[in-house]
Amino acid sequence: MASILVQFLNGLAAASTLFLIATGLSLIFGVTRIVNFAHGSLYMLGIYVAYSAVNAFQPAGPLGFWGGMLVAALAVGALGALIEILILRRIYQAPELFQLLATFALVLIIKDFALWVWGAEDLLGPRAVGLDGAVSIAGRRFPEYDLFLIAVGPLVLGLLWLLLHRTRWGTLVRAATQDREMVGALGVNQKLLFTSVFALGAFLAGLGGALEVPREPAQLFLDLSAISDAFVIVVVGGMGSIPGAFLAALIIGEVKAFCIGIGNVEILGVVVSFSKLTLVIEFVVMAVVLVVRPWGLLGRPQAIQRAAPSHIEPPLRPASRGLVAGAVVLGVALLALPAYGTAYNVVLMIDILVFALFAASLHFLMGPAGMVSFGHAAYFGLGAYGAGLLLLRAGFPMEAALVAAPFVAALGAALFGWFCVRLSGVYLAMLTLAFAQIGWSIVFQWDSFTGGSNGMVGIWPAAWLSAKPTYYVLTLLLCAAGLLAMRRIVYAPFGYALRAGRDSPLRCDAIGIDLQRIQWAAFTLAGAFAGLAGAIYAFSKGSVSPEVMAISRSVDGLVMVLLGGVQTLSGPAVGAAAFTWLQDTIARNTEYWQSLLGLTILVIVLAFPRGIVGFLAWRFGRAEEIE
Amino acid sequence: MSAVLAISGLSKSFGGVQAVQSVSFEVREGELLAMIGPNGAGKTTCFNMVNGQLTPDSGTVRIGGAETVGRKPREIWRMGVGRTFQITATFASMTVRENIQMALLSHHGQLSRLWPRASSLHRAAAEELLARVGILEQADRACSVLAYGDLKRVELAMALANDPRLLLMDEPTAGMAPKERIALMALAGEIVRERGIAVLYTEHDMDVVFGHADRVIVLNRGELIASGTGDQIRANPEVRQVYLGSRGEA
Repeated sequence: MASILVQFLNGLAAASTLFLIATGLSLIFGVTRIVNFAHGSLYMLGIYVAYSAVNAFQPAGPLGFWGGMLVAALAVGALGALIEILILRRIYQAPELFQLLATFALVLIIKDFALWVWGAEDLLGPRAVGLDGAVSIAGRRFPEYDLFLIAVGPLVLGLLWLLLHRTRWGTLVRAATQDREMVGALGVNQKLLFTSVFALGAFLAGLGGALEVPREPAQLFLDLSAISDAFVIVVVGGMGSIPGAFLAALIIGEVKAFCIGIGNVEILGVVVSFSKLTLVIEFVVMAVVLVVRPWGLLGRPQAIQRAAPSHIEPPLRPASRGLVAGAVVLGVALLALPAYGTAYNVVLMIDILVFALFAASLHFLMGPAGMVSFGHAAYFGLGAYGAGLLLLRAGFPMEAALVAAPFVAALGAALFGWFCVRLSGVYLAMLTLAFAQIGWSIVFQWDSFTGGSNGMVGIWPAAWLSAKPTYYVLTLLLCAAGLLAMRRIVYAPFGYALRAGRDSPLRCDAIGIDLQRIQWAAFTLAGAFAGLAGAIYAFSKGSVSPEVMAISRSVDGLVMVLLGGVQTLSGPAVGAAAFTWLQDTIARNTEYWQSLLGLTILVIVLAFPRGIVGFLAWRFGRAEEIE
Repeated sequence: MSAVLAISGLSKSFGGVQAVQSVSFEVREGELLAMIGPNGAGKTTCFNMVNGQLTPDSGTVRIGGAETVGRKPREIWRMGVGRTFQITATFASMTVRENIQMALLSHHGQLSRLWPRASSLHRAAAEELLARVGILEQADRACSVLAYGDLKRVELAMALANDPRLLLMDEPTAGMAPKERIALMALAGEIVRERGIAVLYTEHDMDVVFGHADRVIVLNRGELIASGTGDQIRANPEVRQVYLGSRGEA
């Protein structure tokens, strides 16, 4: 009994922090319609800044400690305002995906900034002044500070409620959440409103971080782990709903606490480790909620946002002769690369080709089908692990493993896709992320089968393919075939049906198109192509590790697609080449390559919102897909 | 003439509001039936129960004798029902011809095909439909750049692509200039009569109602209060009271 009570209190304490992060994200989304990927980074900054501030002000006693926390939260809030004014304000009219990309660039920049200022070591702050003891609860000792945290959540919820319901500013925020255009039409100063909302959201994230200082060391991976928690909570609670975020934070906090508390349990003779489940349990909760209540527990269906005329893709045109000729010349040049390139060129080009195929398979979903996936690396990873497992555990010959691996990925995509096609927009993106995270956790933890965090080694190609130039030619042929196949499919009736579903689901229904079935098939197909890329990748490296299906790999894919331009068919390949080359070049020259990548992304988003190929097509006006 | 669409005892309520209450009517082959009524009369609810977007609380909807209640819109389409929308719904990233080709591809069950190019299939049939609605010269333009009146014609051509026996038109002339309205309805009337298609449409414009409908039914507060030819409806005192008000002759 006592242990259950303590677990329950632990869950409440965790819920407070989760709520602070998620509610800011939800507020920002509600008003600006921007999904702020950098919100976890603001939380992480909150911890780091509070660590420094608290240590600096420590000599001033309790006031120094608590004042330092407040200063940290305010500093993060000010940074939020600055980000809104300098960057986001310029891209409110841009497609949703570009906004995401811009905020992801901030993730990269803030991470490197933290690395530069505070270094890579974990930093544990001092204990809370005045609350460093423990109280006895049902015979167990429970930290006073955690009791304080438990109170913070409802307190902030109450203050936010007062702010939103008892002030003019709050009324405007609620009005903007319901109908942004209307509020603009009423002559409200939107700039000020948006900046202040972003600053408040950032402040809450910073506060959430600062309050963690006495409990948790500042670490560089906290940004992504916090943002995925916050996403889950916002989606479970309902986008834009603050009480929803609170409820969801409570549920997730409690579920996680009890999984840790239960530990290992024997069920029907099988030992089930509930503590290991914590990595996935929140995503399982989210998947269940999304399937049962697609708009979250307290959310409402999103108002349909019509694409602005400038975002509507022009009709597909057959490739021009120039383009075909160019592709043939490029193909021949690539085929001959081993003859004139260095060994390093060949290895780099294998990577570029693999990622071109991966990015194209993601684009197949994002572009023609209009389904944004945040977890496409799951299928890349399933292909890679599929190849490795078939080779090492099932004793397949390498060639057979390479052929079968895409089917493994397709199977996984068919399973996850069945749920995903029931949703759309941001919710779809979040569910794909959840599934990818589940997949990642499974390979990360299943030591006896997948090799756990170490992965598997010894996944080498057959003898006749073992020379790098030979393997390169195989990669080139397979990737080119994959790219051409997807291109053909986009032009075929199936591809048109996908575009029809993206353009007007209502009309699809009225002319007898079973959209969910078509989208499910597309999801599976895209998974198969991503799986092929993953399998080729695994054999080129000789190993696989959980990294192949991590969130960052999914995001890499998104960046590649957006770099190239989502409205063009050749864009993903160009984007993948540019990204992989940039990453390789920058990473070799500096340890801060991530922030340079982030800056590059920001420049591209702000200066070339159509992507590289989209920009060229628009600038020179004669390329294939753009009229 | 047999009834293509037969509705009997149709009812639907939302919460405590009875939106439609035991409404019954029929539409016959080659007949244009206009459904009118003041705002909130239940026209849209009625319409959406016929096209499958809403499930009625009670009552039956038969199309060509077959019960449709409980079927999805896309299944009802396969029974030979074409639709146009109050706010046009077309595929903006495709050309006009491709929009029609999509409907034809769906009609022929070819949407799962990965080969050949979609734009090479049913080209002639698509162009024939476009010629029939008078926008063949726009075939290669993107739907996103079309004038609104022309988009309405694209919708009409799409609705005709599966050789429907019933055409459902929700406010077919909404958002159009007066001259265009008359032209579009004249065209629609011509086509449905030559093909023997039954048409059910809702409309606000009284010129379009009385100028083109063979029969008119009037809903008020969810109930059917009158049914008859244009002249009969105009002369009906109840209709004049609840709908036409004190304006007298519309």
